[in-house]
Amino acid sequence: MLEVKGIDVFYGDVQVIWDVSFRVEEAEVVTIIGANGAGKSTILKTISGLLRPSRGEIFFNGEAIHRLPPYSLIDLGLVHVPEARRLFVEMTVEENLEMGALRGEAKRQRERSKEMVFELFPRLKERRRQIAGTLSGGEQQMLAIGRALMSRPKMMMFDEPSLGLAPILVAEIFNIIERINQEGTTVLLVEQNVKMALSVANRAYVLENGRVVLEGPAQQLIDNEHVKTAYLGV
Amino acid sequence: MDPVKVEVFLQTLIAGILLGGLYALIGLGMTLIMGVMRIINLAHGELMMVAMYMAYWLFTLLHIDPYLAVFIVAPAMFFFGMAIQRFLINPVLRVEAILPENQVILTVGIGMVLSNLATIMFTSDYRSTPVEYASDAWYLSDLWRSSPIELSFSVPWVVSFLFAVVITALLWYFLTRTDTGKSIRATAQDRDAALLMGVNVERMKLLTFGLGASLVGAAGCLFIPLYYLYPALGGRFTLIAFVITILGGLGSTVGAIIGGVLLGVFESMTATYLGMGWAPVGRFIIFVAALVFLPGGIASVLRRRRLGG
Ligand SMILES: Nc1ncnc2c1ncn2[C@@H]1O[C@H](COP(=O)(O)OP(=O)(O)OP(=O)(O)O)[C@@H](O)[C@H]1O
Ligand SMILES: [Mg+2]
Repeated sequence: MLEVKGIDVFYGDVQVIWDVSFRVEEAEVVTIIGANGAGKSTILKTISGLLRPSRGEIFFNGEAIHRLPPYSLIDLGLVHVPEARRLFVEMTVEENLEMGALRGEAKRQRERSKEMVFELFPRLKERRRQIAGTLSGGEQQMLAIGRALMSRPKMMMFDEPSLGLAPILVAEIFNIIERINQEGTTVLLVEQNVKMALSVANRAYVLENGRVVLEGPAQQLIDNEHVKTAYLGV
Repeated sequence: MDPVKVEVFLQTLIAGILLGGLYALIGLGMTLIMGVMRIINLAHGELMMVAMYMAYWLFTLLHIDPYLAVFIVAPAMFFFGMAIQRFLINPVLRVEAILPENQVILTVGIGMVLSNLATIMFTSDYRSTPVEYASDAWYLSDLWRSSPIELSFSVPWVVSFLFAVVITALLWYFLTRTDTGKSIRATAQDRDAALLMGVNVERMKLLTFGLGASLVGAAGCLFIPLYYLYPALGGRFTLIAFVITILGGLGSTVGAIIGGVLLGVFESMTATYLGMGWAPVGRFIIFVAALVFLPGGIASVLRRRRLGG
């Protein structure tokens, strides 16, 4: 469904992604794990078109997307839940959700999608008129996920959805991600919480200093010696 | 209390509010542009001057009343603003990092070119539109026979104010109730998140500059029955818009409305109680006071109250 082929990405003169390739098949959960600054967010931003690869190609359902303007990807069914939520903090919960369904079919389905999101996150329904910036961290993450769901995506990319959340909320967010996947949405998940990420993923890629150093089925990587010592702390 | 003093005070307050409504319109345009594009449009007052010349010539040549001219000039300024954004500001914004202030310098330059062009084309003569109702007024005693005090309401000032209120209400509706309006607000709040949600941010910038120009253009039509027009008048209004933007909080529309009215009332009070020449001083004091005592502007106060902190 998503295929990244040999991308290099720079910030100015500084190269942070080196010849990275990976793919995500339909209905899979794939995770990219790596330490702080490994380049995980950079990869997602590049797929979303916020950054341009200086080399390499990116395909979504067979279509080259690395030259498309960033706002057009949501039309193809690819949506990105960014790191640190990035809500529209001065808008209400409901307005934030509406911003996820601005175009095409998603716009026509807006009211139904809203009901669906409220079913998934009853907390958001209670707080639909609240200003997003005043939500708790967990609620904000739910809203960020809900906003992305409003676009009726075929594939969702999550950038550290567990960041800054209490353990019980982390479990809840991962549950939601699994549920979204079971209902047919493909998932690309970027995480520092390696244990949780590997437990929900089918396959995983390990990113170090902007390079893919390991890949394989998630179960296999849990038992990998390098992963164990470097990421699982055992 | 001395009824004459009360009359003077109320009359001054009314004049300030009427002026403030028009100021709000000017400030709204600048604050929208500031919020979405992160640039201070220092050609804002000059855009108003251009709109005033349009209204002036529509009146002088075609006998179109300035209040009708709003419906021609505001759309024309919308396209003029978009053209400036598209062909002048955008190309400069794209050349990043050479000089971080280059867009500010650019807008100053645009303002200078506009006022010099106006001087070349129309000379620096003072002009006005002698509308028939220019010195008409409504009186409180006409409405309320036994009123203990007398107040007058200048017809053009009241009509201009009402226009400003209606335009502000329409803008508010647009920004809070339509998808395009919400997309503009979203772009101001988080550009990248807006892109990820499918907002064509470049288009929103274009629209916003057009909208800001058309708001200040409408203000120009509303001012021309009230003020003399000359090519250099823009600078004063750029400064006024800037003060309102700072006072209101950068990018805050509610802040700009409150800030505009406050500034209008403050200027009117200083003019009455200290003398006409003091209005610019009052403006400057408000500006410095806002910077020192209210760094985030009125918007920060509103936000604090809403958060209950
Ligand atoms: N805007 C930027 N300009 C310059 N360098 C940047 C920028 N953003 C990120 N970097 C650098 O690129 C590298 C990769 O950053 P990235 O944000 O992709 O890491 P990450 O894996 O997402 O880290 P984290 O887990 O902390 O979110 C880092 O060295 C970072 O300092
Ligand atoms: Mg990151």
